[in-house]
Amino acid sequence: MWGHIWRHAVIWLALCFTFFPIVWVVSASFDGTNTLVQQSIIPIVPTLDNYRMLVREPRYPFFTWMWNSVKVSGTSAAISVFLCALAAYAFSRFRFRGRRTGLFALIMVQIFPQVLAVVSIYLLLLNIGRYVPWLGLNTHAGLIMVYLGGAIGVNTWLMKGYFDTIPRELEESALIDGASRFTTFTRIILPLARPILVVVFILSFIGTYSDFILARVLLQTNDKLTLAVGMNLFIGDQYAQRWGIFSAGALIASIPIVVIFLLLQKQLISGLTQGSVKG
Amino acid sequence: MQPQEHRKTPARLALRLAFPSGWGWYVRLALLAALDAVIIPFLIQLLRDGQYVFFASVAVGVLLINIVSLVERAYPARYLLPGLLFMAAMVVYPMLYNIYVSFTNYGTGNILSMEQVIRQLEAQTYAPPDAPRYRYEVFENARGEMTLLLAAPDGELLVSVGQQVVPLRDVWGPEAVGLEDDPDFRLDVVVDDAGNIVQIGDARRLERRDVLQRLRSLQELRLEMDGVVLQMADASTFRELRPRYTYVRSENVLIDNQTGVVYTPKDGFFTSPDGERLLPGFRVTVGFANYVRLLTNPAISGPFFKIFTWTFVWAGASVLLTFTMGLGLALILNHPHMKLKGLYRSLLIIPYAVPGFIGALVWRGLFNTEFGQVNRIVQALFDTTIPWLQDPFWAKVAVLIVNLWLGYPYMMIVSLGALQSISPELYEAAYCDGAKPWQQFRYITLPLLMTSVAPLLISSFAFNFNNFTVIYLVTRGRPPIAGAITPAGATDILISYTYRLAFEGGRGADYGLAAAVSMLIFIIVGTITWFNFRFTRALEEVDHSA
Repeated sequence: MWGHIWRHAVIWLALCFTFFPIVWVVSASFDGTNTLVQQSIIPIVPTLDNYRMLVREPRYPFFTWMWNSVKVSGTSAAISVFLCALAAYAFSRFRFRGRRTGLFALIMVQIFPQVLAVVSIYLLLLNIGRYVPWLGLNTHAGLIMVYLGGAIGVNTWLMKGYFDTIPRELEESALIDGASRFTTFTRIILPLARPILVVVFILSFIGTYSDFILARVLLQTNDKLTLAVGMNLFIGDQYAQRWGIFSAGALIASIPIVVIFLLLQKQLISGLTQGSVKG
Repeated sequence: MQPQEHRKTPARLALRLAFPSGWGWYVRLALLAALDAVIIPFLIQLLRDGQYVFFASVAVGVLLINIVSLVERAYPARYLLPGLLFMAAMVVYPMLYNIYVSFTNYGTGNILSMEQVIRQLEAQTYAPPDAPRYRYEVFENARGEMTLLLAAPDGELLVSVGQQVVPLRDVWGPEAVGLEDDPDFRLDVVVDDAGNIVQIGDARRLERRDVLQRLRSLQELRLEMDGVVLQMADASTFRELRPRYTYVRSENVLIDNQTGVVYTPKDGFFTSPDGERLLPGFRVTVGFANYVRLLTNPAISGPFFKIFTWTFVWAGASVLLTFTMGLGLALILNHPHMKLKGLYRSLLIIPYAVPGFIGALVWRGLFNTEFGQVNRIVQALFDTTIPWLQDPFWAKVAVLIVNLWLGYPYMMIVSLGALQSISPELYEAAYCDGAKPWQQFRYITLPLLMTSVAPLLISSFAFNFNNFTVIYLVTRGRPPIAGAITPAGATDILISYTYRLAFEGGRGADYGLAAAVSMLIFIIVGTITWFNFRFTRALEEVDHSA
């Protein structure tokens, strides 16, 4: 009996820690005083003003940033799912020289996060931009390209593991019937591998959505920023003045991600524990 | 779906795979041709600009695309190449380039290549004190285009054609010979009864007051005449400008035409014999200079070693704290009689789903010393406040608390998974042998857990080693370390230090030094991972699955 109470007490303590920031943010977002100074846990004058300000503030285009984030993360996640699936299919189904070396190289490269080479990536895009302006600094296409490069390693491994569990007989009979290799890939493997494709898509979406440093270094003008860079710029050191609006933004920015995560937690967790770390 | 073929013998199948027929082949050829047509002029441009590394990378990439698309034996590579090209361009290439940059002086003041700097310096001009002066008159046509008529000191008349200035007699009158590149070029010149020129081509002479209104655009004019530049000197005259510097390629020196001083390239600057440097500087390789500075210059190495140590403490403490809390919660949730397990787990997982940057920014507000909620609680409990973001020690505590909040759910998930894979029979046996709960944990749970969790702990260490987001968004690396000449703060870890060196230096960017720091991180992370490989079976997996 005491053991029970003790266990629940610890859990509740952890829950207090977990919800401490969340409660304050939710409360601040509905608080009319819009400052950290006078905030009380239940807003004295509940209002939706902060959410309205978020739409109106012209110098800090919150919803443009959010759209930029969704666009960049969605595009790079979608393309990287496709690229990784192609590569994983080759590693899983073909036998060719250099296959083991290739698999090994994928892990080796993945050891070093792109953040480490952030200076070189900046200089690289600076140089590319001189010749191909739409791929250079301060472009979403350039940023997506950088994210794509970083996403290949781990995700290819995750997918290859899954593809290996799909029986080959299915493809072989299709090949005998005259289907091309690529057809068996798109018509047989991809539909069967949908669960892992979804997991990889969501994990890379969340990963790029949360990235701060690459976006911070590569994007420069206000209208191009992603949420992470924009919200950091917005709040700056002005916690006293902008706490309420910031909180409203923080909620809008994280609720979709939290909901998706909780809905798919089982699948995502199995993907996560196999080596991918949220970045 | 492709149309099905009815001849299914294996021999035919093999033939079909080796020699694909039909329109697909032609589509592929057409796409390749289009790609090459776009890329080849681009490659030529790169070669012209002296971008040899860039040229070689793009050339190799395109060549690979061509080979892989055309050669049937390279069929598997068609699936691999798209992803690998991105990885090569955006991960491998930057890493290698990073090595190179760490051996250069690349940074503010030394951004350009030597060729670019020479071009910039040679474009500079000066006006010798005895420079000849030219009186001028302005002619303008209906479209607002100006033609200038200039009178040299010796009285010879000159006329501007575009940016060029040529003697008037070359393009008008009986001795006209035209222009160098257009011998048939002539101008119609109208002279009035008093002998003044009133019209050149379709441009009419402007009155003095109309000229004055155009002074601004006249001032911006740079006219060329036999290698000298003519520029407006005052309202009524132009004067000759001469190039300030001349680069002598054979001797690799730059001569100042005004003073006669000879500048030689040294440490990325054209330097005079008495040590004066011309700006801008250029990029050169400087050997191990950046590494030496990092390790021996006290104003740099002092903060560097503090940051170096803190990075390890930070990563180690983060793993230890998150794992302790995560494992503790997992043990409780895994208890057989625990109620509301699913609900608790879903609630406790939430910080993990919150995007890291939002968690960090929110906590930064809560840790605000004057009006943050954390200090309100501290005030209520202990009747004092803590300078969370101003004091080096408390700032470190603050970032660790934030990282605990963000990171414990991952450890909880991982531990839960590992705990569930431990067979309950082991505990039953231990119970029969009279083992106490602590002994069960110490001798059964922990060792079995560790075999599956240890590699994850090590990768978590490596991840936090470079956890830029939390450090930068919560404290910006501050408070600053006193006496440092580079931007360095008490909570800075190596990667945030790198970032600040490269992009936030008070006296400008120092890409070379920043690259040197990230090279050290490469080595450290590489070592950590090498140890990880001894725990994990990732490498053996390659063997088994191959």
